[in-house]
Amino acid sequence: MTALLINKLTVDHGAIRALSDVSFEVPEGKLAAVIGSNGAGKTTLLRTLSGLKSPTSGTARWNDRSMVGVKPEDLVRRGISHVSEGKSVIPELTVKENLLVGGLWRNDKSDTAQAINEVVELFPRLGERMSQSANTLSGGERQMLAIGRALVSRPKLLLLDEPSLGLAPLIIEQIFTAINDLRKRLNMTVVLVEQNAISALEIADIGVILNLGELVASGPAQDLMNDPALRSAYLGY
Amino acid sequence: MRQFFSTILIGITLGSIYSLMALALVLVWRSTRVVNFAQAGQAIFSTYIGYEMMVRTGNFWFSLLIAIIIGSLLGAGVEYFFMRTLFKHADDGPVAALAPVIATLGLLGVIRSVVGMIWGNEYRSFASPVSTDNFVVAGATIPFSRLNVLVIVGAALVMIAFSIIFQRTNLGLALRASAFQPEIARLAGIRVGPIRTIGWTFAGGAGAVAGVLVTPNDILSPNSLDTLLVFGFVAAVIGGLESLPGAVVGGMVLGIGIAFILNYVSTTLIFPAVFVVLLLSLVIKPNGIFGSKKVRNA
Ligand SMILES: Nc1ncnc2c1ncn2[C@@H]1O[C@H](COP(=O)(O)OP(=O)(O)OP(=O)(O)O)[C@@H](O)[C@H]1O
Ligand SMILES: [Mg+2]
Repeated sequence: MTALLINKLTVDHGAIRALSDVSFEVPEGKLAAVIGSNGAGKTTLLRTLSGLKSPTSGTARWNDRSMVGVKPEDLVRRGISHVSEGKSVIPELTVKENLLVGGLWRNDKSDTAQAINEVVELFPRLGERMSQSANTLSGGERQMLAIGRALVSRPKLLLLDEPSLGLAPLIIEQIFTAINDLRKRLNMTVVLVEQNAISALEIADIGVILNLGELVASGPAQDLMNDPALRSAYLGY
Repeated sequence: MRQFFSTILIGITLGSIYSLMALALVLVWRSTRVVNFAQAGQAIFSTYIGYEMMVRTGNFWFSLLIAIIIGSLLGAGVEYFFMRTLFKHADDGPVAALAPVIATLGLLGVIRSVVGMIWGNEYRSFASPVSTDNFVVAGATIPFSRLNVLVIVGAALVMIAFSIIFQRTNLGLALRASAFQPEIARLAGIRVGPIRTIGWTFAGGAGAVAGVLVTPNDILSPNSLDTLLVFGFVAAVIGGLESLPGAVVGGMVLGIGIAFILNYVSTTLIFPAVFVVLLLSLVIKPNGIFGSKKVRNA
């Protein structure tokens, strides 16, 4: 079953067309890596999918319901969580509070507590820093916290915007492995935006390549990686 | 030594009121990025409601309660019906940043006129529920009465209530998250709009308490709380503008600073005194006592 269906999505920032007629789909439980260089429209795509930005035209559907024109706080309640670009934590709050924020909207408080425990199991470094201000975390820890906060909402669709940005290779490896294990275990659908093309495609089922707002290619990640033309033009190896 | 001691007590009394007003301004500033000049108007309207209740029932505590309720509802109403409409039609650019602030200034004028129309512009007084006789300590009178104690205790109770709500409850966490990072808060599922309205509601309530507590020591007229607005704002800036504890500490610094200048230099210097305290504190802590430029960039 196709869980996420994007059809002819066009998004403008005033006079700038950031996405033009982009279509692709992601079946339930699959991980799609969206690759593209700076300004390709990756962030715009995710912001549109999480309700922060309205498209000019086109549709985006999640489990047969339109996501367009729905507020982010309502999309969260439909299982969609967005970890926005640049370590989306609240620096003024503690690590624990950042995690709690992800569960504030939920009625099942005991499951929120359970979800926080699972996040701590996944990222033990957060567990050691629960009462510390998020402001004091390293870049990698902040990214773990941002992902952890999203997980506390128990998402079915996780939108990740460049989680590897500014992190050391070892930490990137750790975070990617965690994402991959988690989505398999929880049958979570993931859209992973990355400039780090190879690492992302390696864990992805589906690859989507954007360039200047247009879809260049989409298909099984393995096929994209093996395509010599795409490799030299967009994947950088 | 006795004068020093009583100056501190007076400073704390003044500071309690300034702190309440500063809290109200900070609550609004944090959630909406607007300096709410109408806060003085909301507070004076609530205080007149309290006055009216006092005239009708003679019960101070009941009147205070009604004033708080009306003040809170008024705060919610101003945000919901006035600010939201304004922001909905706002565009980018320099006008958009300033328009809401100017609008609150306009609203202050409107509320003052409405108050003048209902209650008239003549001075009124608001009876104190407790004795205003000065205490006698070791045979000497000090300029400090039960009313001052009431002001300090009342303000302290509001602050304690706020600190419990903000630090210990889910609502408080939602209020803080929405104030600091509204976009991330929304992505985490918090309904930032209603949460903002709650922030304005609390601010309106705090302003009402400030108005009702300060008035028995003072006179009541449609603009009798205008100076309190200025002092509250100065206190908020001293405290860093973002922080609730900062607002309280800023209010105390200002209150005690003013009390010392009035008692030891000259009683005619109240306005210059405010700005001396502001300048000194900003020279020592340019980002305010609880402000930091690292965490906040707005
Ligand atoms: N708020 C905005 N206002 C105006 N233009 C914008 C805005 N946000 C993005 N754009 C423009 O839209 C285009 C796509 O930007 P977007 O942020 O989606 O790219 P990206 O693929 O995420 O790039 P990066 O890898 O650098 O993060 C760019 O040309 C950008 O300048
Ligand atoms: Mg981006």
